[in-house]
Amino acid sequence: MMNLLRLISGRTASAPVARERLQILLAHERGSRGQPDLLGLLRAEILAVVSRHVVLDPEKVIVRMDRGKHVSTLEVDIEVPNGVERSIAAAAT
Amino acid sequence: MAKVLVVTSGKGGVGKTTSTAALGAALAQMGEKVVVIDFDVGLRNLDLVMGAERRVVFDLINVVQGVAKLSQALIRDKRLENLWLLPASQTRDKDALTDEGVGRIIAELRAKFDWILCDSPAGIERGAMLAMRYADEAVIVTNPEVSSVRDSDRIIGMLDSKTVKAERGERVEKHILITRYDSARASRGEMLSIDDILEILATPLLGIIPESQDVLRASNVGSPVTLNNAASAPARAYTDAVRRLMGEIVNMTVPVERKRLMNRLLGRRAA
Repeated sequence: MMNLLRLISGRTASAPVARERLQILLAHERGSRGQPDLLGLLRAEILAVVSRHVVLDPEKVIVRMDRGKHVSTLEVDIEVPNGVERSIAAAAT
Repeated sequence: MAKVLVVTSGKGGVGKTTSTAALGAALAQMGEKVVVIDFDVGLRNLDLVMGAERRVVFDLINVVQGVAKLSQALIRDKRLENLWLLPASQTRDKDALTDEGVGRIIAELRAKFDWILCDSPAGIERGAMLAMRYADEAVIVTNPEVSSVRDSDRIIGMLDSKTVKAERGERVEKHILITRYDSARASRGEMLSIDDILEILATPLLGIIPESQDVLRASNVGSPVTLNNAASAPARAYTDAVRRLMGEIVNMTVPVERKRLMNRLLGRRAA
């Protein structure tokens, strides 16, 4: 009956699409909840550690997470300018 | 023992204020002593929906700051003698609300009332956090629509982590209240069904409020819908919800408009 009506009206039910989109989205959002801004935290700590030894432009530290079905990958991309190691600078002072 | 119940949603415009007024009035109609508190500082509206907008002298922030006593700020409903309103401030900065101040007021109200209903502002900022902070129970108002369900899920997460109860390792008792439900559209697959919403949010259902002209009609005249037209479909749905809040087992149905045919024959009444 419902299908017949749908056939006549030419519309398809959109509720199942809504349901599926929500389920996928919320599974993802719930996973990242409770660990507020994990990437921000990782980025700040990595920046702090590396800056102890190398002069860095904070803008050039990029932390990216790719969530896969079985494993996720964490990509850390730090651009280091040439010839400005902090140890050298420290030794000079 | 007094119960503190927050009416919240995350998303705006889903019916928090309407539901707070209707649930508060329905509880009072059943003989409970009730206070409804508007936490939407700067955008107060509960006073308007309850028809008390011209009687506001002092507000929540005046009490928090010690400018007024609680008894001076509480407004008694003109129709129900055991229903009271604590309005929000329309002018002050929302940062004037403090955790400590709200805690003090809630503690004071607990000694005087059976039910303390906190009408949360939309969003997840300070006002919404403080509205839920001291709650024992929560009504999460949800429309059968993707953005509302998503925001409800977020709010559920906050109720489980940011409330005093959660911090003590206890649980805030949560209920979903579905508003603006159109069973015809849901049965045609055009609207998320009740089962879809409950399965996604994994939280028990308190009630289903049908989409109805009576809701607007009631707010137009400044009367909670359960008072304005107790026989209307939304009023019956809110009353059922309140009976469930009080521990009764009430069959879950979607009340439908009565006299629909008559209305059609006579033409629509003006709201």
